Amino acid sequence: MSNKVLEVRGLTTKYVTRFRENIYAVDNVSLSIEEGKSLGIAGESGCGKSTLALSLMGYYFAPLHYTSGEIIIDGKNISGMKPDEVRKNVLGNEIAYIPQAAMNALNPTRRIRRFVEDVILAHDPKANKKQISEMAEARFAELGLPASVLDRHPVELSGGMKQRTVIAISTILKPKVLIADEPSSALDVTSQKMVIKMLRDLMEKGYIRAMIFITHELPLLYNVTDDIMVMYAGQIVEQGTAKQMVFDPIHPYSRGLMRSIIVPEEGTRGHKLAAIPGTPPNLKNPPQGCRFADRCQYVVPQCRVSAIPMITFDNTREYRCGHAVQHLREVYSHDDA
Amino acid sequence: MTMHDACAVDQHLTLAPKRIGDLENRPLCLSGKGVTKVFGTGAKQTVAVDHVDFAFHEGELVSIVGESGSGKTTLAKMLLGLISVTQGEICFQGKPRDISTSRKKREYWKGIQAIFQDPFSAFNVFNKIDTVLLDCIHMTGGRGLPHAKKVEMMEEACCFVNLKYAELTNKYPFELSGGQMQRLMIARVFLLKPRILVADEPTSMIDACSRATILDMLLQLRDEIGMTILFITHDIGLAYYISDSVYIMEHGKIVEQGTADEVILTPKAPYTKRLISDVPKIYEPWDLTTV
Amino acid sequence: MKNTIRQVFHSPKFVVGFCIFMAILLTMLVYPFINPGDPLKMIGLGTFAEPGTYVSMYDSVGAPFSTFKIPDADVKRLDKLLTQEDRAKMREWLELAQVDVSELDVGDMDSLLAMWKQHYDPEIRIPGMIKAVRNYYIRLNNSILSASVSDTLKVTDTDEATGETIEKTKISKTDYVNVDDVANVISLPLGTDNFGRDTLKQLVAACGVSISIGLIAGAVATALGLLLGLLAGYLGGWVDDFIMFFTNIFTVIPSFVLLILINYSINQDQRGAGTVALVIGLTSWVWTTRSVRSQVISLRNRDHVNLSRLSGHSLPRIILTDILPYIASYVMMAFILQVSSGILAEAQLSLLGLGPKTTEVPTLGLMMNWAMLYSAHLNGSWWAYFPVILVIALISFSLNLMNTGLDQVFNPTLRE
Repeated sequence: MSNKVLEVRGLTTKYVTRFRENIYAVDNVSLSIEEGKSLGIAGESGCGKSTLALSLMGYYFAPLHYTSGEIIIDGKNISGMKPDEVRKNVLGNEIAYIPQAAMNALNPTRRIRRFVEDVILAHDPKANKKQISEMAEARFAELGLPASVLDRHPVELSGGMKQRTVIAISTILKPKVLIADEPSSALDVTSQKMVIKMLRDLMEKGYIRAMIFITHELPLLYNVTDDIMVMYAGQIVEQGTAKQMVFDPIHPYSRGLMRSIIVPEEGTRGHKLAAIPGTPPNLKNPPQGCRFADRCQYVVPQCRVSAIPMITFDNTREYRCGHAVQHLREVYSHDDA
Repeated sequence: MTMHDACAVDQHLTLAPKRIGDLENRPLCLSGKGVTKVFGTGAKQTVAVDHVDFAFHEGELVSIVGESGSGKTTLAKMLLGLISVTQGEICFQGKPRDISTSRKKREYWKGIQAIFQDPFSAFNVFNKIDTVLLDCIHMTGGRGLPHAKKVEMMEEACCFVNLKYAELTNKYPFELSGGQMQRLMIARVFLLKPRILVADEPTSMIDACSRATILDMLLQLRDEIGMTILFITHDIGLAYYISDSVYIMEHGKIVEQGTADEVILTPKAPYTKRLISDVPKIYEPWDLTTV
Repeated sequence: MKNTIRQVFHSPKFVVGFCIFMAILLTMLVYPFINPGDPLKMIGLGTFAEPGTYVSMYDSVGAPFSTFKIPDADVKRLDKLLTQEDRAKMREWLELAQVDVSELDVGDMDSLLAMWKQHYDPEIRIPGMIKAVRNYYIRLNNSILSASVSDTLKVTDTDEATGETIEKTKISKTDYVNVDDVANVISLPLGTDNFGRDTLKQLVAACGVSISIGLIAGAVATALGLLLGLLAGYLGGWVDDFIMFFTNIFTVIPSFVLLILINYSINQDQRGAGTVALVIGLTSWVWTTRSVRSQVISLRNRDHVNLSRLSGHSLPRIILTDILPYIASYVMMAFILQVSSGILAEAQLSLLGLGPKTTEVPTLGLMMNWAMLYSAHLNGSWWAYFPVILVIALISFSLNLMNTGLDQVFNPTLRE
């Protein structure tokens, strides 16, 4: 138990619309990450993966509201804290968050050095500016960023460089958990690779102890994270190691996702692409039973009766489906033939 | 089985696309020599497309692969005649293209149509879906047809893209999902039946699960109607999966071209090699040390 | 569309602004039925009659009366007669006449009067008192006597033929006339202005004229701005250059100065409300043009416009169906602001004496102009200008509130 850096139990958060409707975008999500591991979250747009990232920080602002559940970072429960307390004591040194357009978050009129000073001074008002500079230069060098970046303005840097700079700044306080929400989707492939390399360096050099990586690009997730979790309509539907999830998905939805992977490799050519018809359910009033039932190829009437719980199989893996694992595997092998 | 029942069956799996082998024997559909586009004038001018040569054959699915800023969308817009060509010549079905007047442009657009990247911005949100589809019937000379015949044509088009016409009437495009809107866009193309279709990143804004459906429909347009499809993408894996031949663009220039297998499996240009090595893979390990 | 309207009416700012504006409009429509007549008719001969209800003295003399014995009637009468100032003067006289006033309370009418009647003698000459002051005390004493002594007033008439005085009727202190029995009662909630015109009636009429000036100015400015902006933005090229050249010229000339110069050069006889509205409209299209143009330029490259072109639609059709609906909400907001600024511009112009000619219609600006010319602000006739300022403020406040509300609905980044 002690080596769990982040543990989340039954986290539920909701959006409140202008017309006072509740949308439970994250519904009873539990997860845990061990020291030095990374977790990937996959799913279609609107499945709640970005909301989960925001919720995990414990920093809620309208229209997002906390409902229930616990977020425990290194044994410390942050779910009950006030927003101000979270901002001072959690963000930056416990959890760091990098959104997709992080590179546009830098004020173009200030030098990079000022942002680093801001981050450190906000948590330690007595810090010495000279020490900060030395520390920042050393850290930037270690992460493969030239020290000259510190004296540039954000507009002088390319998109990929800016994104890496933002990552370096947000992890300057050695946060325990880094949440990266599509950090490389807006970049070209070469910059993306550099961002990924930097994230891996951060893990290897111990500047972050665990990482949550959110993306809709499955090949990327497969290469970056140790474990993968698939979300659908606000719930987790399956989790397992990256290899298990990509090559042996059990939940029909995960299987659909994994069968949409296209890579420029010879193996891709022969494989059949899967399409999942239909659209995700409206979360204002989600269906009673399995939320995937309306789009599922293997749906049976029992699926719609009551909510499906997470079931553990193969010791470490979990899935949320009415069918038995054995049955699904048989059906899939029959399909492939 | 009525037409509606036929539409209700959704495809779950699509077969891997088959490739067309006899490219050289087919007549040219669209070709260009030294096509160039320069934006701005004087010191501020930028060359977006730089002396590009290309030849697309009838019934072929060609991919143009490039990263953002490579000029692939500018090239597409020039081919569509939406922006002017600074220099160079484009031939359509063997004859030099003439779109000097709006009448000639309209005639040209009967032969070339497009699917855009962002389905959410591609439709006029104030027009109902019927209007969009009726426009296409009217454009191809169906203005005088009886209403029942028009509805039949629209039903057929919707059926082709797995949408139910009855559910779409009196709806606005924004009431559909991204994937459905993109399919509606294909239904439009199905009604117009142009010789060539320019698909500008048609799958990049929609979810992975809807992607296969769109790709499958493009292949159907190629196989059943014999349309030439120009597939513009930044995703080299997708280009490899779907296309017959591939053009790789970098900074406004075409750096490599050939059949999909040639270009992707045995890349020659350094840029293509880099592009392929930088994309994450699942069968081979992704080498992070080379950046 | 339905949903948009629902959203608009969910915005509290818009609803408040809309309610205020509707209330003003409703008053404008209903009031002329309650109080019909020409708002510019000069009913009073004096200037600046105070707000209140006016009862015809002539008619009340002949009207049927009832008798009431009200104990403090005299006191009230004297209260109305003697101002606080008069009472202080009376005490001052008594003091000067060496009467012991240490126990006198000026507020106590009875004791003051008793002491006054006991001690006052017009013959007493107080050393150092000038004649004018002495005369004031004599007049004061006379009115006190007449109010408290005579129980009846005689109304007399002079026979024109003989020159004799004929007693018409007697009015007793205890006679009361029902206001309903008096033939002529004028209610003037806001008094009259310098020409003796009913200020409220005039205000209501002026409000209508000013709003229509605002609407015409707004419509002209918005239509012109929209047309030029659409053409410049969509066509681009030399059309854009040409239109922007003119727009830039108009941008650098302060529009209010231009407005003053144009109005000054128009002969006063030709300067009706419509002309002024037109001139205001013709000088305020610049910003609409600029912003519509920039919006159209960003729309022009949107995919739905490209799709429309690929569908072979003609230029007017593309502008009407693919561009105009997208900027309609923006144009609506610009229009509301133009109306508001049109009303203000008219007020400013009229205050300078460059508004519509002064005899035909009242406008809010003209009312202020008249009030200022006749020094209403110096002689304390607040009713001649303060309600006007309030109405102008209310109209432009409500319009701006509506605009902000709409902005919040249509601009997602401003939503709370």
